[in-house]
Amino acid sequence: MARLSIAEALREGLRDEMIRDERVFCLGEDIGIRGGWGGAFTVTLGLENNFRNRIIDTPIAEAGIFGVALGAAVMGLRPVADVQYGDFLFCAMDQLVNQIAKMRYMSGGKLTVPLVMRAPVGSTGRGAQHAQNLESFFISVPGIKVACPATAYDALGILRAAIRDDNPVLIFEHKILYGSKGARAEADAVDASSEIPSEDYIVPIGKGIVRREGTDVTIVGTLLMMHRALQAAETLAAEGISAEVIDPRSLVPFDWDLVNASVMKTGRAVIVEEGPKRGGWSAEIAATLAETMSDYLTAPVTRVASPDIPVPFAPPMENFYRPDANRIVEAVRKLLVAA
Amino acid sequence: MSYDKKFLISLYQRMSLIRKFEERVKFLFLEGVMPGTIHQYNGQEGVAVGVCSTLGEGDVITSTHRPHGHAVARGLSIESLMHELFGKVTGCCKGKGGSMHMGDLEKGMVPAVAIVAGAIPMATGMALAMKMKKQPNVVICFMGDGAVNEGAFHEGVNMGAIWQLPVVYVIENNLYSASTPIFDMVRLKKLSDRAAGYGIPGVTIDGNDVLAVHEATQAAIARARNGEGPTLLECMTYRITGHSRRDPCNYQPEGERKHALENEPIRRFHKYLLGEGLATEAELAKADEENDVEIEAAVKSAMAAADPAPEAALEDLYV
Repeated sequence: MARLSIAEALREGLRDEMIRDERVFCLGEDIGIRGGWGGAFTVTLGLENNFRNRIIDTPIAEAGIFGVALGAAVMGLRPVADVQYGDFLFCAMDQLVNQIAKMRYMSGGKLTVPLVMRAPVGSTGRGAQHAQNLESFFISVPGIKVACPATAYDALGILRAAIRDDNPVLIFEHKILYGSKGARAEADAVDASSEIPSEDYIVPIGKGIVRREGTDVTIVGTLLMMHRALQAAETLAAEGISAEVIDPRSLVPFDWDLVNASVMKTGRAVIVEEGPKRGGWSAEIAATLAETMSDYLTAPVTRVASPDIPVPFAPPMENFYRPDANRIVEAVRKLLVAA
Repeated sequence: MSYDKKFLISLYQRMSLIRKFEERVKFLFLEGVMPGTIHQYNGQEGVAVGVCSTLGEGDVITSTHRPHGHAVARGLSIESLMHELFGKVTGCCKGKGGSMHMGDLEKGMVPAVAIVAGAIPMATGMALAMKMKKQPNVVICFMGDGAVNEGAFHEGVNMGAIWQLPVVYVIENNLYSASTPIFDMVRLKKLSDRAAGYGIPGVTIDGNDVLAVHEATQAAIARARNGEGPTLLECMTYRITGHSRRDPCNYQPEGERKHALENEPIRRFHKYLLGEGLATEAELAKADEENDVEIEAAVKSAMAAADPAPEAALEDLYV
């Protein structure tokens, strides 16, 4: 057992997997430069000392990175490709959506694409182009699994599961949750570290977890929003409202059994999403609950999400943009009053 | 260079197989029997056959929206291709790929990528895997002339160059990107001049001369296998059919087209083989006949094969 941050847990996970399986390698920008940072958030820091030929620094060329990773995966290697900021995935959308997501299907299932993609998300004082939450873009692309670990334990377990999966898995990581140190530390960091067991474990992609049990309302949130939901639940408890907090941990596949069971118990659901409300993944969850759980719902499913604007820079405006515990508390209160 | 007679006839037979395949497919398509759309390879056979005749087991090609010629040249069975074009589960991609995504990695061709330049980074990655696995193979990355103006070309070729990977980037320059003249879209006399920007050799050759293509590819592959990295090989050719479906090619000047028809690779090679006394009229006719038989058998079995169950659409995404 050791207490690790998400960045440290991912680093150990990459190290373990590269030791366990010689087909595993990493490629990305600035990931293995001596005297560098180990990627934008220190995840690969120092790994180049042990795996000189398997920590591959690339040009600044995101379409190239993901296309190369696809080619290597098709040939039987197990690449882990990352971008410094999730926003840069847009430079590689053809590779991600037209090639990576579809190659297995177009081949009639003959090919496997064991490819892991990692991308940091979240609004963190960097303005509009180093800030977006991209989950919603990718849940509508059949052929890519989408994971969103909110703790170090889950980050490591999901990374291991992803590397051992024969299909493309996109892991979104939150900048504020990494626990990056030194020059790469985040100003408003939230502690997402965990006690990491020394034995090998995985967190299956598609398996959520109840973070806090409750009976009055189900709050669903991922990444930073899961932590905000826990804060909100604490506040609500003081008011006599019992909130159940669910962390789905991945959006594709989605743990409907877990969420449905919770909604059967509470009859109310609030979905919390960092990212614009319009067309967000929270809309998908809400619509499905409305379709399938109406017998159990005693109130409309509610979404708490960001306004439909680019991420603004100035801290007061950015705080206005990103949902927080207060906004979640407000939404829950409104639901209970309506009942 | 002198060649074995059997080899020369095999080059002729394979080019003729592509042409006959395409002509038969067009007929089936215009008859309304075959679904989908088609981008055909007529006139460019010298490139696919010249390149693929240098390859062995474990070598892999990537292809484009115009992949029939590549697939036939690489040796995928005519039957599996015809079944795929008819959307049958017995096709090379179980009916999930179709004309623009045909391929079979076990036979040395990854499913074709129909986004212009989309396969170039993937080809580079396949070559990276070969290098990392110390596998003594090469990747051939086919692309059309239009691909050189895509960003993916730049990113993919540059990575192949910096890592000195065993890959040959083959540009089939048929002068038109769909209907647009390529030399209106670049300020270059030769597309292979782009190679200088990546620090790799660029070579332009007559792509309608199957032996010239074979030899240039051999040289590029020798470099690649020797760890000296990629080559940008531009093969000048001409598409003597439409870009797709019913394109009447009104943008191709008549004189240019006439010249191209005289210069097309099969007719040229036929003339060459007879003129040099390397094959007889009867031997080439026999090769043509064998091709006809193979294609007809494939059409017959494809048309008789069962359609997939609609729900089979739900399979083959995740294990």
